[in-house]
Amino acid sequence: MDANNVARVTCPACACLCRDVDLEFDDRGDIVHTYNACRKGAAFFMGSYRENRALPKIEGKPVSIDDAVKSTVEILSNAKNPVIFGLDTSSLETQVLGVGLARKLNAAIDDTSSLCQGLVLERIIPGSMKTCTLDDVRDYSDVMVYWGSDPANSHPRHMSKFSYFPRGKKRQKGWETDRMPICIDVRKSNTAGVCKKFYKIEPKGDEGLINDLLLSLDGKIGGKEIGGKGIDGKEFAKLTNILKKAEHCTIFSGLGLVYSLKNSIKLFDALIEKLNEYAPTHVIPMVGHYNMRGMTQTLYDASGYINKVRFSDGEVDHGSQYSITSTLQGKEADAALIIGADPVSSIPLKTSISLAGIPTITIDAHETPTTMISRVVIPAAITGIEAGGEALRMDGVKHELSAPRENKEVLSDAELLKRILEGV
Amino acid sequence: MEIYQLLPKTNCKECGESTCMAFAVKIISREHGIKECTPLMEDSKYAAEKNKLLEMLKPMEDAGETGLIIHDDKCFGCGNCVVACPVNVANDPEGAAIGDGPSNDKVILKVVDGVVVAQNVGECRRFGKNRILCNACIDPCPSGAIEFV
Ligand code: SF4
Ligand code: SF4
Ligand code: SF4
Ligand code: SF4
Repeated sequence: MDANNVARVTCPACACLCRDVDLEFDDRGDIVHTYNACRKGAAFFMGSYRENRALPKIEGKPVSIDDAVKSTVEILSNAKNPVIFGLDTSSLETQVLGVGLARKLNAAIDDTSSLCQGLVLERIIPGSMKTCTLDDVRDYSDVMVYWGSDPANSHPRHMSKFSYFPRGKKRQKGWETDRMPICIDVRKSNTAGVCKKFYKIEPKGDEGLINDLLLSLDGKIGGKEIGGKGIDGKEFAKLTNILKKAEHCTIFSGLGLVYSLKNSIKLFDALIEKLNEYAPTHVIPMVGHYNMRGMTQTLYDASGYINKVRFSDGEVDHGSQYSITSTLQGKEADAALIIGADPVSSIPLKTSISLAGIPTITIDAHETPTTMISRVVIPAAITGIEAGGEALRMDGVKHELSAPRENKEVLSDAELLKRILEGV
Repeated sequence: MEIYQLLPKTNCKECGESTCMAFAVKIISREHGIKECTPLMEDSKYAAEKNKLLEMLKPMEDAGETGLIIHDDKCFGCGNCVVACPVNVANDPEGAAIGDGPSNDKVILKVVDGVVVAQNVGECRRFGKNRILCNACIDPCPSGAIEFV
């Protein structure tokens, strides 16, 4: 490693935002080696800026950036019910601009959180559910529960940097004796394989498990009564006991849990409250996109809601009718601005078809299925490689992003939004 | 025991051990290399046994003296082994021990280009006179990428 050609950066390939990644460059400035980044981070730094870059286009034909921006301004200015979606992989500064644009346009604004961690984030951000930082977890947590989450695959360094293996202030003896990692999932994931306890539940079995935990915490049931959920009664009693006696417990809620609690999230509220009667118990949502936490916080600061918001003449309206799936399926939306997101790959087909039917503008660094159905495509710099900014880690802690390969040829999404804001 | 069965079993002592059995045991503990059995290497009547043994012991040689093999294709680069290894912890209390990337070159395991690589393997607890059966990098590995042969 030649120290002259090395830069320390923050990795935005997941919401762990690891700050100890070293990049090594060759003479042309290309990134040729990564140090400390996991496989996912290494692929991001060495591959993403070279491959599959988006080009400015209108209706599939190459145009200049200026023309693409002009067309965007026209479409958005003429729309009565525009929709803005995305911003989870943008800097905080860009997010503020995006929310400002929604306000100016009287637009509906939503992000991927409405399809995933929104249910937990709308408790964590206003403070109604107890949470802590990943640094607290490293320093204090003796019990950590990966519930419906599989960090080994989704956030590879989560366990090594924060939640299981590192030494921390009150966790000096090492992972063998200091920590009790527990995995609750419908299948034996890679994460389950390294946890000291694994509880395999049936699909949608989370609700039943919570109900049983609520009862057993108060000593109302025990032993054999649990059998039906696929968990052995004795093991279940152990789980109850571990949670009750924890010095500092953190539950990492994953999509597996969130999806299965869609209609019964209040039960999870009750469980966290009940657990806190016995032991300090915290929840950290396993946010995927590196700055989804930032987007939900930014929108919350501006409107009082984390997602699914509609601005109209300074007033704020909120509700499921403003989720990306509802606005598009309701056929009301007459233009869409997608920023750094690929909804076509994640929303139901019907919604994608609606999106293809209205003038859609996509700002993205890469070609995606969504850019392919968009009327206007505007390429953006890759935040974290070509443009800097700030972002919130999954636990809400702010980190500076680096721009180790600043690229003046591509505008950042912040610069693009500024130009659009000036025009509309 | 497979290694013993393939040795000349003449107890000729050329390898410095008094019996072929003793030599076989020390092959496994890495105190001898198979090439130290000169009759096996040089006498053509043992050619078949020699080839079989060389083939059998190849992974041990690839793995170097500690027997550590990393399967790059499986590794997630998660760093669990980097942070869990007691030698890394002792040699880098301000880096690997607290979950960060190694801050000095005295560690055994570190992650380069998204996969783990080993260096300073002589420091590994499975090596040397006071070796112990340390599993601190294997147990935390979510992908089964680390193996000792
Ligand atoms: S865990 Fe996430 S932030 Fe850390 S190096 Fe891997 S992808 Fe990047
Ligand atoms: S040199 Fe080979 S044949 Fe002779 S004792 Fe040693 S192992 Fe046996
Ligand atoms: S066997 Fe033990 S000492 Fe050797 S590399 Fe693995 S964890 Fe480290
Ligand atoms: S624990 Fe396994 S997967 Fe993780 S870095 Fe080490 S060898 Fe790779």
